[in-house]
Amino acid sequence: MSDHGHAEPTTFWRKYIFSVDHKVIGIQYLITSFLFLLVGFGMMMLMRYQLAMPSPGDDFDPENLGMIRSAVAWLFGENLMPYGFMSPDFYNQLGAMHGTVMIFLGVVPLGVAAFGNYVLPIQIGADDMAFPRMNMMSYWVYLVGGIVMMSAFLAPGGAAQSGWTSYAPLSVVAPPGQTVWLIAMIIIITSSLLGSINFIVTTLNMRAKGMTFGRLPIFCWAQLVTAVLLLLAFPVLEAGAIFQLLDRVAGTSFYIPKDMIYGATVFPAAGGGNPLLWQHLFWFLAHPEVYVLLLPAMGIVCEIIATNTRKPIFGYKEIVGSLILIGALSFVVWAHHMFVSGMRTSLANLFVTTTLTISVPSIAILTCMLLSLRGAQIRFNTPMLFALAFLPMFGIGGLTGLPLGFAPTDLYLHDTYYVIGHFHYVVAPGSLAALMGGTYFWFPKMFGRRMNEKLGKVHFWMTIIPMNFVFFPMLFQGMWGMNRRLADPTLQWHNLPVQGWNYVISVAALVLLIGQLPFIFNFFYSIWNGEEAGDNPWEATTLEWSCSSPPPHGNFLAPPQVYRGPYEYSVPGRQKDFWRQDEIA
Amino acid sequence: MNSEYGFEIGMSPPASTYSGQIDWLMGVLHLAMIGMFLIWGSYFVYCLIAYRARPGGQATYHQTGEKASFIPDGIVLAFELWLILGFGIPIWAELKQETPPVGESLEVVLVAQQFAWNFQYAGPDGIFGKRDVAQVSASNPIGLDDADPASKDDFITINNLYVPVNKPVILRMTSKDVIHDFQVINFRNKQDILPGTVQTLWFEPDKMGKYEINCAQLCGVGHTQMIGNVWVESPEDYKEWEREQIEEAMAEAKAEASDSARS
Repeated sequence: MSDHGHAEPTTFWRKYIFSVDHKVIGIQYLITSFLFLLVGFGMMMLMRYQLAMPSPGDDFDPENLGMIRSAVAWLFGENLMPYGFMSPDFYNQLGAMHGTVMIFLGVVPLGVAAFGNYVLPIQIGADDMAFPRMNMMSYWVYLVGGIVMMSAFLAPGGAAQSGWTSYAPLSVVAPPGQTVWLIAMIIIITSSLLGSINFIVTTLNMRAKGMTFGRLPIFCWAQLVTAVLLLLAFPVLEAGAIFQLLDRVAGTSFYIPKDMIYGATVFPAAGGGNPLLWQHLFWFLAHPEVYVLLLPAMGIVCEIIATNTRKPIFGYKEIVGSLILIGALSFVVWAHHMFVSGMRTSLANLFVTTTLTISVPSIAILTCMLLSLRGAQIRFNTPMLFALAFLPMFGIGGLTGLPLGFAPTDLYLHDTYYVIGHFHYVVAPGSLAALMGGTYFWFPKMFGRRMNEKLGKVHFWMTIIPMNFVFFPMLFQGMWGMNRRLADPTLQWHNLPVQGWNYVISVAALVLLIGQLPFIFNFFYSIWNGEEAGDNPWEATTLEWSCSSPPPHGNFLAPPQVYRGPYEYSVPGRQKDFWRQDEIA
Repeated sequence: MNSEYGFEIGMSPPASTYSGQIDWLMGVLHLAMIGMFLIWGSYFVYCLIAYRARPGGQATYHQTGEKASFIPDGIVLAFELWLILGFGIPIWAELKQETPPVGESLEVVLVAQQFAWNFQYAGPDGIFGKRDVAQVSASNPIGLDDADPASKDDFITINNLYVPVNKPVILRMTSKDVIHDFQVINFRNKQDILPGTVQTLWFEPDKMGKYEINCAQLCGVGHTQMIGNVWVESPEDYKEWEREQIEEAMAEAKAEASDSARS
């Protein structure tokens, strides 16, 4: 079946590299984003090294640095790591780039582009995305953006170092690496826009016969809402980034106020601009972006839970409604990042109210997922373990958002490690765990073979346990008042009572890194040597399990017809405990 | 590891009059969070054990209690509205939207820069001398305008803020270059300081002692080292210190005036 114009490719280049097949593009995104996640993790390990032992101490002897410090000093050179201690500007570079890489090159491409591309068209019964060429372009633009982003480290003065938030005017006067960051961001945003329009059109127009919106799997709903968020929010940041680029290279002053001094003199272009403009433009994107990181993960968790509880998901309509409500509300909460920014103080009350309101649909979704377990027959396979772990981990992430979204307590917690702990709970043991679960879940479909269960379980425990030892102590540090973005927290004496935690966190991060090795081995080993999976290894109901593993070009041998909802498990009176959407009887 | 490094799990000691309100809110919120997590978590664990797959087991197809599932949402929403209306809006107004009467407070101008805090005191005339960006130099970091008579008795301290205990302090803050953030963690308040605008922050220290000021908004390579001290002193000690500063400032202004008269 190839009714919209591309025949099955025959050459290696067309089939695996410059492919327009959504499945190949999905796998390209999958592998590329996992690589970027590893790169971002590596940057974090360097920062954790610095934070675990930041201070020379009384017994410091520059002649005798010890094995680790000498090795680090030799490896990175005297500029970046003098005497094996990280220079503050290198720390700032790693901090800014860790955030950027993890969010824009790691988690978003993995959750949205990799799983969205691979799974969504098959789940709705389409033969490909609506615009296959644009889909290919989206991947290659993303890859170029990623490479340009990493090349910032080669710029004089190093990579971007004004935080992933790039607050002006610091970012405007920063070394050239910031210009590279801005250009890379513009490229990456363009890629996301190409992808999001494609997802929207595909979901709206290419659903199989009988695939009404009421029968759409929750994963597809989540992708649809996410794509709308990307489409509406990203252009705002793209414009903001272009303004900042112009401020840096063309002498404009969108963000530079009158009489700003830089160095010893008044900054040449100063006048007329406002630093808060950048923050509004940035957070107008970046808050919906949080839900871009989260919603696909929630969709994946719903799919895995329904399959492995062997019963319909609880409250399908409630979940879908909540997803849409979250999407809509996410556009009116951005200024909760700005309670102490100097914006008009009366605005805070509005944003406190919207922010605490958005917690309600999130709680509704969690409640539905929890109630889905009631009366179930839970199978504890690797994907299910990750999906189940998402629930309490996202729970902690969501709950710790309350004192941050509530302005009076945010006065104390703003810009502390409490913030870091909070959003990492949402993104790492939350979203990323769900995405790991999704990888184990759809791997058999992608490669026709299953990943090893034993290694998968080792990977699971070596991910979830260390992650909690990494992120929970951060809540303690923030509670005490330790600020984020400090190259050496021990220089401030009020931080010393919580510095001990930094050592614990760094060791846990190292264990976490080691814990990813079974996954990496398992992934590549199983592509060729895993147990053969068959079409429907999990005995699931949605359409992707009705085509072969991996699906052929065009996915379905004949256009599928959908007869029922996505989660018809354990229907009374039927012999099998699952009833696929396209089974006639 | 350094012996001073610790493993604290609570909040740092409070030192301002409104700390109690913030700490109480932190307590209420965290108790509620822990409570919700425990209730929710125990049901989660119960489900994992009670509903594990058994050979020949059958999952239930029909759902019950769809309406009841909105109850937790409703409870949380009610709790949040109670917090916002009862505490959020009034406390926010007190801390951020209003300031204590200027006559009963000590007003200080703060000019932040990479990577230092410059505090300008008005002196006996109670009027802050004008600042002129063209006069900023190494010896005049805030660009105090010599021509303004009000500037004669002004005095400036760098990285050290002296205040009397139990008297409100109002900071009028601006930045010369990038965004900074004035934070004294024991005072439970913070405020970004932007170039081109004046931001206000007030606090009333209620315990004498030395507290650390640090910058809470990334401001460049020296961000971590942008540290200062607040010295909260008895009213008598503060008066004495203020008198010395004013004398010094007046003497300096006089010397400058005679210098310029001679040349």
